[in-house]
Amino acid sequence: MSFNKSRIGSAGVRDERRSAGLVVGMMFCAVLFIDAIDNSWIEKVPEADRSRTNPFAGQANAVSGGARLFADHCAKCHGADALGRGKRPSLRSKEVQQATDGQIFWFLRNGNLRRGMPSWSSLPKPSRWQIIAYLKSLGEQPSPGASNQAKGDEP
Amino acid sequence: MSGQHTSNDSTVFTGFRWENRFRALLHDHFINPVLYFEYENLNHADRSLLEVVGHDSISDLRLSNAQGRSDTERELEMKLILSSNAKGWKMSENFITEKNLNAGETWEFGYALGVSRPLALAASAKACVFCRENFFAAAELYGGLGDLDGFGLKATSHYAAPTLAFNIPHRPTVSFSPSFGLNANSVGVIYRIKVSYEFQQISNWFRRSAR
Repeated sequence: MSFNKSRIGSAGVRDERRSAGLVVGMMFCAVLFIDAIDNSWIEKVPEADRSRTNPFAGQANAVSGGARLFADHCAKCHGADALGRGKRPSLRSKEVQQATDGQIFWFLRNGNLRRGMPSWSSLPKPSRWQIIAYLKSLGEQPSPGASNQAKGDEP
Repeated sequence: MSGQHTSNDSTVFTGFRWENRFRALLHDHFINPVLYFEYENLNHADRSLLEVVGHDSISDLRLSNAQGRSDTERELEMKLILSSNAKGWKMSENFITEKNLNAGETWEFGYALGVSRPLALAASAKACVFCRENFFAAAELYGGLGDLDGFGLKATSHYAAPTLAFNIPHRPTVSFSPSFGLNANSVGVIYRIKVSYEFQQISNWFRRSAR
């Protein structure tokens, strides 16, 4: 009986471990899935919007105007340096900086309410293009949080 | 919270409003519907004319503060707000319905149509307070549509209101709007001066260190 009990006991422990492993695995997949959702907006952009060009691209006046609009509307969440604040993402990341102007324009128009990004469709189109011209003028720069992670979260 | 002061009468607290809105569609469309809900607990001394419903008329405003305070209304208001943005113009159509929760009261209806546009669509290169993009011209048409017992324009009041708004950068928005009554049930002219300020990202105030 005791032998049987121990077999049953070890089988129970194995089941518990398997269940725990399954839960951890599911949580890991969920994290990956959430991360995938976070970056999925680029793929959602229709082809017609993706290929739109910025009428103000490279114009110094538009970049200056965009900087003012950015300070008024975007810096509260994304930081004055556009490197992100808390959970709000950096706009100088590789993902944003390598997105086409049309993709960013689509995202500004639609937002992502589930992730806290409002739609900016109430801003006139020229103003939105100015913000994009300014963002692209900033260039790519990894956020301080990302560089810490790369170094193994050194203080 | 709501209160008012009437010349040669008194200053009174009139009650409170609680409002919320829900955006029905997550993505931007040509028409974006928003559902608006409001609960208000106000006495009749409240003279703010935020919207017109049912058979609201000039006679509702002729009570003294003492007379008005004795009668409190608990009302539920719902709006379907349809807004669109096109070529710098913002357009909005509101269909309003209001129910006084006191027994025996019926549903009342109203409408509001509005259009606005900044004086410039692109931001100036140089920082400036009086730039054209900080000014908005708007026009509004609003009025009552009767109630369940008598839907329509009969015995209702209507207003047309041109508006000029000035969005002071990093400061409040100030707007001036004279509303002109369009029929005998309406007040002749109402001058509305509004100062509003939007507190953004309140959660940032409680962060220990915000970069």
